[in-house]
Amino acid sequence: MDTHHLAKMANQIAEFFTSAMEREAAVAATTTHLRNFWEPRMRREIVEYAKGGGTELTDVARAAVVALG
Amino acid sequence: MQSIDDKDLGTPAAHSGQQVTLEIDGREVTVPAGTSIMRAAALADLQIPRLCATEALAPFGSCRLCIVQIEGRNGFPASCTTPVAPGIKVRTSGERVEGLRRNVMELYMSDHPLDPFECKAGGKCELHQMAAEVGLEQMRYPAGHNHLELKVDDTNPYFSFDPTRCILCSRCVRACDEVQGTFALTIDGRGFASLMSPGEHQHYADSECVSCGACVQACPTDALMEKTVLERGAAERAVITTCGYCGVGCSFKAELRGDQVVRMVPNRNGLPNHGHSCVKGRFAWGYATHPDRALKPMIRKRISDPWAEVSWSEAINYAAAEFKRVQKQYGRGAVGGITSSRCTNEETYLVQKLVRAAFGNNNVDTCARVCHSPTGYGLKTAFGTPAGTQDFDSVNASDVIVVIGANPTEGHPVFASIMKRRLREGARLIVIDPRAIELVRMPHVAADYHLQLQPGTNVAILNAMSHVIVTEGLVNERFIAERCDPAEYATWKKFIAEPRNSPESVEQASGVPAASISGAARLYAQGPNSAIYYGLGVTEHSQGSTAVLAMANLAMVTGNLGRPGVGVNPLRGQNNVQGANDVGSFPHELTGYRHISDGKMRAEFEAAWGTKLDAEPGLRIPNMFDAALDGSFRGLYIEGEDVAQSDPNTHHVAAALGAMEIVVVQDIFLNETAKYAHVFLPGSSFLEKDGTFTNAERRISPVRKVMEPLAGYADWQVTCLLSNALGYPMEYRHPSEIMDEIARLTPTFSGVSYEKLDRLGSVQWPCNAEAPAGTTVMHVGQFVRGKGRILVTEYVPTDERTSARYPLLLTTGRILTQYNVGTQTRRTRNVRWHLEDLLEIHPHDAEQRGIRDGDWVEVASRAGATTLHAQVTDRVAPGVVYTTFHHPESGANVVTTENSDWATNCPEYKVTAVQVMPTRRVPERPTAEQIIRAAEQQIGK
Repeated sequence: MDTHHLAKMANQIAEFFTSAMEREAAVAATTTHLRNFWEPRMRREIVEYAKGGGTELTDVARAAVVALG
Repeated sequence: MQSIDDKDLGTPAAHSGQQVTLEIDGREVTVPAGTSIMRAAALADLQIPRLCATEALAPFGSCRLCIVQIEGRNGFPASCTTPVAPGIKVRTSGERVEGLRRNVMELYMSDHPLDPFECKAGGKCELHQMAAEVGLEQMRYPAGHNHLELKVDDTNPYFSFDPTRCILCSRCVRACDEVQGTFALTIDGRGFASLMSPGEHQHYADSECVSCGACVQACPTDALMEKTVLERGAAERAVITTCGYCGVGCSFKAELRGDQVVRMVPNRNGLPNHGHSCVKGRFAWGYATHPDRALKPMIRKRISDPWAEVSWSEAINYAAAEFKRVQKQYGRGAVGGITSSRCTNEETYLVQKLVRAAFGNNNVDTCARVCHSPTGYGLKTAFGTPAGTQDFDSVNASDVIVVIGANPTEGHPVFASIMKRRLREGARLIVIDPRAIELVRMPHVAADYHLQLQPGTNVAILNAMSHVIVTEGLVNERFIAERCDPAEYATWKKFIAEPRNSPESVEQASGVPAASISGAARLYAQGPNSAIYYGLGVTEHSQGSTAVLAMANLAMVTGNLGRPGVGVNPLRGQNNVQGANDVGSFPHELTGYRHISDGKMRAEFEAAWGTKLDAEPGLRIPNMFDAALDGSFRGLYIEGEDVAQSDPNTHHVAAALGAMEIVVVQDIFLNETAKYAHVFLPGSSFLEKDGTFTNAERRISPVRKVMEPLAGYADWQVTCLLSNALGYPMEYRHPSEIMDEIARLTPTFSGVSYEKLDRLGSVQWPCNAEAPAGTTVMHVGQFVRGKGRILVTEYVPTDERTSARYPLLLTTGRILTQYNVGTQTRRTRNVRWHLEDLLEIHPHDAEQRGIRDGDWVEVASRAGATTLHAQVTDRVAPGVVYTTFHHPESGANVVTTENSDWATNCPEYKVTAVQVMPTRRVPERPTAEQIIRAAEQQIGK
């Protein structure tokens, strides 16, 4: 799947939670959201992307994706 | 003409708790205070003749047929306008009363065709019934001036008006005023010159009539008659069912003559519509027997091949074999399904069951993905239940009504009629919409505030309203202390009070003056009962879920939840989109919105279904398309959805469908999506279904078939056949057994059964041991999740920005006479009112581009381009253009993009940066005559 698009989606999710809570809680909430709503192949792809550098991911999004893996 | 088996008690019911006892014709009768003598008599089985009275309308007292005598009072008062009083003695008959009634009837009949056999209403003409009832045997008036030479107005496609039959009872005028709220009809002239007139000496077609049919239903004679009754004859029997169009879910009586539907009459005792309807539900059902109905199963190996008609078994076996092959080759997750929001709860439940049990994955989704999925996320997060909080009648107790991102007079017309009545009674109105929708100003309705915001700024406006409420001390602190999470509230309060959330700060981005935002906020907070109604203009945004949370915040901080007249009310677009969600169509949830990862709950399903279930969430519809393009998703079973027309970025969807190896479409027509299908399974319309629909107010209503499925199998049976062929047995004898299974597995549905629906008419879930008759208002006392969550809703502008290349913002919506992508309504006479989608453009923008009204224009975005006729209007603000999406030729979704809501991937249909320019590249489109002729065909004609 288009990793650019997946990264954008992950960033949007992280942005919502970052605006609402402290960083650590936002990371956890983003991870939970990805686990609850993203199908495994999407999660695998974004995790691979993050492992490979994932330059388009924001700080909180990256941390959340790493926690997924 | 009323329904064939309706009993009319003459005047509306009174609802006083106080009882009054009186005597009518020597009989003691006790009724609520405020009841008319006419109704009190009818309740005691004493019929008083009448013509201008009907219980659907306020009493009028014009025909003078219902006169009675009251002991101790002078004269002969009209029983319809005279309320009961304690101890009065009423006589409904007697020489003088009966003589006066005959005189009145003589006058009516002197200007009416006399031969009852000429009457087109069959035995239902109330005029002839009353003439017989009062014993009129002779006509003493000689032939003289009359109205018998007047011409019939045949201009409405569905009904005709014969003024020679009109008795000027004004029922039609009053129905248009009181019930529909359009005020299109009047009695023109005085005395002998009086004539019922649509508009000012206009024909129906030229007037403001919206063809709801309320006048036709109210008419006591054959002056106003449905053309289908004139063509097919009077009905002999009626079947109660539920409309297959919008999320209001009107209850209807399908009236039949033999096996042929003669007309659809709104069920007076049905909820939520109380005997009213719109043009679509009442009249636009002819698509069910249109020659375009595809009634034979078909298969083809490649989508470039022609279709080959085959038997049901061959089509089913081919589909199953292909799904199995694809899964064997590409993996269990390489296939999935899309359920229908037009099919019944039972049918939709089986499709998601097939995906989970037969395919073995959770790749199932529903069209709510592209409309109200943010409602599900937002309301579940805030309150604990992903559904509206009230019933439609709740608006009758509202003092302030907010309509945001919705256009109820077009999209939910019967609910709009109820709302307009409340507005005429004095409720205040706030409209938040980029367009000046009809509600902003219409007969006897005017919005106190119209916040005409730029598309994409809903959250900014909602936050600014909350900012005013918090900074001006308008918060209902007691409600919050009792019912909401205190820590989250404290965090939110600090956030919302920041200056960047003030009306002044958002004025520029939103385009709404700060004073208007502040005024609207104060009005909403003041209430005392303030309700929010919203639609896709909220959800179809990149911040759709955030906007739903922001509305939930507004309701919580002002205490507007947990009682009638308030609430957060999603206006769901389709007849069963709520139901489709309820019965497990989302990829991450089983029935009742319980997450698939919940092991204990999943075990119950595994035990009931006899198979292991995947514990991981599946693909959503947009993800399916993305996965199809990267090769990991290759097969799709689509029931009753036209994703190739309805989903955004048509080129992307087409490419994805084209990349799949097996696409099975189950539908009533060969729609746009069927162009990419390998198997076509003919489906059933709502007239051929047994089952239930669930409307926007959580009301589960019965759907009862009036004809056998034309293709031979009901939709639920087709899904069973496919599942069996896939190796997962599904054996049901009747849809009631499917509902029984849903009820066994779903706590919020555990009290639902067909027996209960037959007994009560309908129920709103939750319907279980705690609420055996269902639940009208939710979150009474406390929220379903316990404490309500007031969450920070930071405004994040959409990525979809205007630029020099695309300087305008396109938003989309619906029109009254058409429904969604027009698959049904374009095959009815409704097509006359909307032959094409138009592009609304503000006069300034049009002038800058040299565009005149009616010119062809190209609308281009970074996703694609399409061509439409321009309609120059100031209903849209400068910088904003608008169109509908009811015609596939106009391809509105060719230009919409892949942007979507952060939480749910609901597409951002409502914000697309476009350029609009005149064009000479005129597309080849059918003529108006061709469109109308094609639409009005019927099978067998």
